[in-house]
Amino acid sequence: MTGAEPNAVGLRRDAFLERLALFGLGGPAVLLVFVTMVLPVGWLFWLSFLDDSGALSLEHYRRMIEQPSYGRTFRTTFEISVLTTAICVALGYPLAYVLSQLPRRAANLCMIAVMLPFWTSLLVRTYAWLVLLQRRGIVNTWGIKLGLWDEPLTLVNNLNGTLIGMVHIMLPFLVLPVYGSMRAIDRDFLKAAANLGAGPVRAFWQVFLPLSMPGLVAGIIIVFILCLGFYVTPAVLGGGKVTMVANRIATDIEVFFNWGAASALGVVLFALTIALLYVAARLVGLNRVLGGDDP
Amino acid sequence: MSWLDKAASETQITHRHRLWLYVLAGLVMIFLMLPTLIVIPMSFSESQYLEFPPREWSLRWYRNYFGSVSWMQATATSFKAGILTMIVSTTFGTMAAYGLHTSRFRWTGPVVALLLTPIIVPVILVGIGVFYAYVRLGLVNTLTGIVLAHSMLAIPLVVMVVSSALKSFDMNQELVARSLGASRPRAFFLVTLPQIRFSVITGAVLSFLTSFDEVIVALFVSGGPNSTLTRNMFAALRDQIDPTIAAISTLVVLLTSALLALSQLFGKRES
Repeated sequence: MTGAEPNAVGLRRDAFLERLALFGLGGPAVLLVFVTMVLPVGWLFWLSFLDDSGALSLEHYRRMIEQPSYGRTFRTTFEISVLTTAICVALGYPLAYVLSQLPRRAANLCMIAVMLPFWTSLLVRTYAWLVLLQRRGIVNTWGIKLGLWDEPLTLVNNLNGTLIGMVHIMLPFLVLPVYGSMRAIDRDFLKAAANLGAGPVRAFWQVFLPLSMPGLVAGIIIVFILCLGFYVTPAVLGGGKVTMVANRIATDIEVFFNWGAASALGVVLFALTIALLYVAARLVGLNRVLGGDDP
Repeated sequence: MSWLDKAASETQITHRHRLWLYVLAGLVMIFLMLPTLIVIPMSFSESQYLEFPPREWSLRWYRNYFGSVSWMQATATSFKAGILTMIVSTTFGTMAAYGLHTSRFRWTGPVVALLLTPIIVPVILVGIGVFYAYVRLGLVNTLTGIVLAHSMLAIPLVVMVVSSALKSFDMNQELVARSLGASRPRAFFLVTLPQIRFSVITGAVLSFLTSFDEVIVALFVSGGPNSTLTRNMFAALRDQIDPTIAAISTLVVLLTSALLALSQLFGKRES
């Protein structure tokens, strides 16, 4: 025993050192994330609590509450996010439903339609909508030709354009988790509901919808969170008339060089995101929201 | 009895009764595909004004693009940034995923959480933060600056993809290799890496695309001769509708599809 004891200690130490070395493999990634994200964002966080003279204060946050222009920005952001999420649910839920009822092979084929925009560069799509929605653009020309409306509609450089663009970008984020959730539903429940006398409508509302809820909630939250931070789409399709929080932050930096104000806005945006993620984690589990996989 | 009157689901609803649902789903699918698909024919139009279908076809906008020094420079920057980002984030991300998976330390959880934060933080906040830091570090408008920031944005994707592959990988295989005399690195490169390569490749493709498509950070920290393609496209979009962008968009769509198809191909071969 006396000989084995030091050997065991040595082995344990070797094992520990090896684990430490393996742990160290994470070093470069951690360092990079720390230097390019944690430090700068922490810095901004600090800046947001300094006033123009460099003293600690809540000046920027107070201004955010007092100045009506900030209130407008937040209201616009909130309204657009709610509307986008609602439209995504209205369009995405039925699509996911139909896809979930198709045979696997056909559903996978249709999934290409969902994944195509998902994989197309955001700028390319924004550009495409800019072109499609012009006064003399395709949507207006065809709409009038088909007799859907008489006068060219103003579809771009305003809220409409922003909404159309954002719904288009966010739709896959809603469809994917909802579809996953629906696929996982055991169809025998519906059979049982029908057997017990529920009509199709009742079976849907009382059985199918509640069972698909986790995916729907996850989709709604992820869409809403991502909407809050939108920058490119409102900037291009809003034609300068739609100011969301991110646009306001950029303007504060690019035009006014007001780091404190921009940082304060950023901090509020971040805090909202974290709060929503927390709610999501409590409701359906964080994995489902971030990874979209079914637990 | 036509198929319309057959039961469509377990609830015995007929296809006829939910025809509206099929129409709606079809329209939504068209809505989803329309922009991507319409850009392609438009890029071959002769006209300055974007019309569909184009009255006359030409390669005018492609010539415009390939003939422009600034577009070519921006494209080169984007490719350089994308490839370097891919190398940095795939290497760092795979190292981190492997190290954290095998070491099983108590602090692994928080470290993984830290590595995943770039997905959660709003990009605009990252953008101005990085800009603020780069002004002090002299990295504004440099390729290094773009690559570092883009790698940071791409690392979470690599970590997630590779970690999930490692979770389903039987680490005992590595133990076997080592008991047969292979060193740890040798065991990793000869046994583990070949089996998780699909995930590593997927991670690499995702990192390249993350960098290549990224707009907001590039808007703040790239400029001058090191402007990225996305930065120039964004600037052009704000000013006027230049059909050259349709040509560029078409090429970007082709590139993205090719890359994704390629990574799918690798996946097939593995499984």
